[in-house]
Parts: sequence; C-alpha cells; structure tokens
Amino acid sequence: MSSDTCAYDYYGEVMSTPLYLLLEKYPLSADYLANHRLNNIDKSKPLLSALTEADIDALEEFGLDAESLVLHFCKFLEAFTRSHTCDFGTIHSVTIIGGIDKSGAAENVSLTLHPGEIVSIVGPTGSGKSRLLEDIECMAQKDTPTMRQILINGVVPDDERRFETGGKLVAQLSQTMNFVMDLTVREFLEMHAKSRMVSNVEAVVERSFICANSLAGEKFTPDTKVTQLSGGQSRALMIADTALMSASPIILIDEIENAGIDRKEAIKLLSGNEKIILMSTHDPLLALRADKRIVIKNGGISKILVTSDEERESLEEIEKVDRVLLNLRNSLRRGDVITKDSVCGIKED
Amino acid sequence: MKLITVAGPPSSGKTSVILKTIAALGLPKRSVGVVKFDSLTSFDNVRYSENDVPVQTGFAGKICPDHFFVTNIEGAMKWGRKKNLSMLITESAGLCNRCSPYIRGILSVCVIDNLSGVNTPRKIGPMLKYADIVVVTKGDIVSQAEREVFAFNIKEVNSNAKVIFVNGITGQGTFALAKYFSEVPEVDTLKDRTLRFTMPAAICSYCTGETRIGDYYQLGMLKKMEYGD
Repeated sequence: MSSDTCAYDYYGEVMSTPLYLLLEKYPLSADYLANHRLNNIDKSKPLLSALTEADIDALEEFGLDAESLVLHFCKFLEAFTRSHTCDFGTIHSVTIIGGIDKSGAAENVSLTLHPGEIVSIVGPTGSGKSRLLEDIECMAQKDTPTMRQILINGVVPDDERRFETGGKLVAQLSQTMNFVMDLTVREFLEMHAKSRMVSNVEAVVERSFICANSLAGEKFTPDTKVTQLSGGQSRALMIADTALMSASPIILIDEIENAGIDRKEAIKLLSGNEKIILMSTHDPLLALRADKRIVIKNGGISKILVTSDEERESLEEIEKVDRVLLNLRNSLRRGDVITKDSVCGIKED
Repeated sequence: MKLITVAGPPSSGKTSVILKTIAALGLPKRSVGVVKFDSLTSFDNVRYSENDVPVQTGFAGKICPDHFFVTNIEGAMKWGRKKNLSMLITESAGLCNRCSPYIRGILSVCVIDNLSGVNTPRKIGPMLKYADIVVVTKGDIVSQAEREVFAFNIKEVNSNAKVIFVNGITGQGTFALAKYFSEVPEVDTLKDRTLRFTMPAAICSYCTGETRIGDYYQLGMLKKMEYGD
C-alpha cells in the first residue's frame, strides 16, 4: 500500500520534532492524542520520548506500543495532509447516458450537466427519482439495474475515483433532515469548517452565518442552539452551509417547498457557488426556475424538457399566486380575519 | 466460500445494510447466508427468513459476545459449506465497544449510524479502528454538515477505512458495498488465522490473550453453538 510508504515521509519529522511544534504545524494532531487518551503527555519532547514516559497500559488498550503508535501517527498525518488536498478535483461536467426503465425499454437520452446549472426532477412517488440520484452518486457504469452510465468531465471515471471518494460527489438537502448535535450555530459552523480544513475558519463561518440569516424568514443569532432553530431557519442554515462549505460538486435538493425560506435566493446561492443542482420537486416556483427538467416515469427518464419562454413568463403569474398565499399566512399569524378580498389578492402587503 | 464479518452497535442498521447488500449482489437465491451472533435475544432471523436468506442465530448468553463469536466462527463456516453458500456474512452486535470480531485477512465491516452523535466514532474503539469498511447509516435524517463531520471523525480514528454511506431503507449506497463484498477472496479454513485485536481479560483462553482459532487453543469456559440444517 502506498499509504504505508508515504507514512515514512513524516517519520523523520515526528521523531525529531518536539510535540508542541508538531501541534502548531498540524493542529489535528491534538485530536489524535485525545483519541488515544494521550492529551497529558510531555509536549516539550518528540512523541516517542514522551511516550516512553507515558502510561503504557493505556496504549495497550488501543493495541499499540510506543513504536507502532509513532508509525500510526505518521499514517494519520499522511491521510490528513495529502488526501484532503485532492478532494475531488475540478468537475466541469457530469453526463448521464440513458439505460432502461423498469419494463426494459430504452431511455434514449444523454444529458450533460455543468456547474451552475439547475435541473429539476419530476415524477410520481416511487417512479425512480432516488434511483437516478443513486446512479449519479455511485457513478454507474451500466452495472446498476437501470444500466445507465455516468461520465465525469466527459470520460469514464476510473475505479479509484469511483469508489474511494466516500460519497463526496453528492451533497443532499431534504425536508426530513434535522440537526442532532447540541451546539450553537457558531460552534456548528466552526466544527464543519475544521473538518473541511479550510484555512480561514473565522471568515468562512461569518460568511455562512450572514448567508443563512439572509435566507431565513426570521433572523437568529450565532449563539442560538441549532436544535432550537425553526424549520425554516434550520433549512436556511443547511443551505448556506452546504453552498459555502460542502466539498461536493453536486447538490441534490429533495422537496424543500414549504420550508419558510427565500427559495429563489437559496437556489441562486447554491448555483452561484459553481455547484450542479438537482432538485426533486413538485413546486412550480422551483421546477420552472430550473434550466431543464427531467421527467421520470416507470423507473426511467421519459423525457427532458427545457424550460420554455412561456413557462418562464408564467413564473411571474405563479409568483403572484404564491404571494397571495404568503400574505394569507402572514394575516393568520397576525390574528387577522380572512376576507374574500384577501383571498383574491387585493389586499397585498 | 467468501466470508465477511459485520459488526456494529445495536440498532445501527446492520441487518438492513446486509439485506440490501445481498440484494445488490445479485447472486442466486439462497447462496448468501448469514450467521447472527447476539447476546440475549434477536428478531433478525425473522427478517432474513422473510427475505429467503439462510440464517442461523447464536446467543452468547453469559459468555462475552466476541469470545462467543471466535469460538463459533469455524462452526459457522462448516454450516455455510454444508448449505453450499457462496458467501457467508456474520453479523455481531458490538455491545461493550471494547472488542472487535475481526480476523486478519477477512473483510471487516463496521456499521454505525449518524444519529449517535458526531463524536461517536472517536469513542467506539477497535470495532471501528480495525474495520476495513465503515458503513454509515441514517444519513438521510441529519444535515449534510453532520454527515461530513461524522465521516471526518471516522477518518481521524481509522484513516485507512473506506467510508460508505448507506440508506438502509432504500439501499442507496449498497452498490459500492456489494462490490467490495464480491471482491473478497475465497477461504477454506480459518484455523490458525488471528484476530485483529485481543479480547479483554476474563475467564476463557481468549480472555487471557489467545488469538489463534482451533479447538486445540480453546480452554476454560466455552460455549459451542448447535447448527441446524
């Protein structure tokens, strides 16, 4: 394995450098020490000398002796300094080459998507929308039930790219997602930034926070617990975070219609960050804002529609209808009595 | 016959992942079997049977579950061969997080779920640390950021592991897992192979640090499973 030989690149440095200097250069080393219950070892010495003084029983519990821990630590440094720099490379295009539907009929389509492009996916529940996403996620090579083929930058991705990227190709956002961590908004963003190893954590966190607040209907502070955010605020934070911090070049949005966020701005933010956006939706406001829409029927792509000028023009009318509903919701919230006039949209805010 | 060991905390989704992966493998019916190692009770055999997957369940009872695993794994192989399986998957619930039922040279899979908190990977120990593949389930109900941080924390503990996100309900992600399962080499016997990590101190020969497999090495408090047909 190449990772074993690469680990030796760090061996000399780890053997000769006092721990406190290594911790400065590779901040993640602190996590490594904590994970092995070694937070309290003498940091003025290099790892091996510090370990010989440490409690060896603790090391044994982890199945390591001092020498093997040094090697293991070198591998850890290797994994986090190199593999992360080549996260996914640059994606210029993703091509879906049609396969077959559930009854075996050919799809006869080929669709190439570029960063910044928005494509909606429509079709009844169970028609095969998730299957299409999964084909993209695993970069199918005519080896899934749909026989579809996915090209990255116009070529067949090699096996390493296909299987070693750990699900990083597609980021997902859906109505059913929740925060399960008990952290404040700021801590949450900082933790994500740290795992992405961004150089300027504070600036990225600040930008994501401002962005999330601009999408949310009701504002929140960075000290709010993520678990206390409303549905709309949660969705806004997830969207801003995904747009600005996720490594994935493709984002799938699954049914976020009534999320209480500025949907138009959210879509603009995501596509503006050079992501390919796939939206599974039945909300005309979202579906018609996409450049194209894939219609799924019986497990296959039955057609691909390009959003027409007429559809784009009707978007304005749909927005009016939407505004009526929004005003009605706001009226109810204020405790107003709904009249026929307010339903007809005459009494706009 | 190919052998794969799957371990993970209770209710992390091991059975769902295994069932969806068996479906994704596309092998002939009843050619992939499962031996479930559990401690007191298990209802998974019903789910396997419903899906026409040959299954055996063994209860460790008062024996440490992973000691129980290693004393019965050869019997599991024998049962698998008798049933003409082309692949045998063992499923064990990691209960104390101290052990890992992993054997050198045998594909070892750890299943953990995203709901258990982002720091869980740092707490699990050998079951995660010595796995070749870490399958993360229930990712569909947490935020993208939590998924990414979770995967990052796994990598911090086990930088060599492949991390695969699997949706146990839809089967999304099992394609890659099935690929790794199908690439596993055939094994005839496990005799003289060793565990990847020692067991905790207690009362049988494995409690005292034995890692070799074979009747000859098994002393003290042992429990052998009865394998049906």
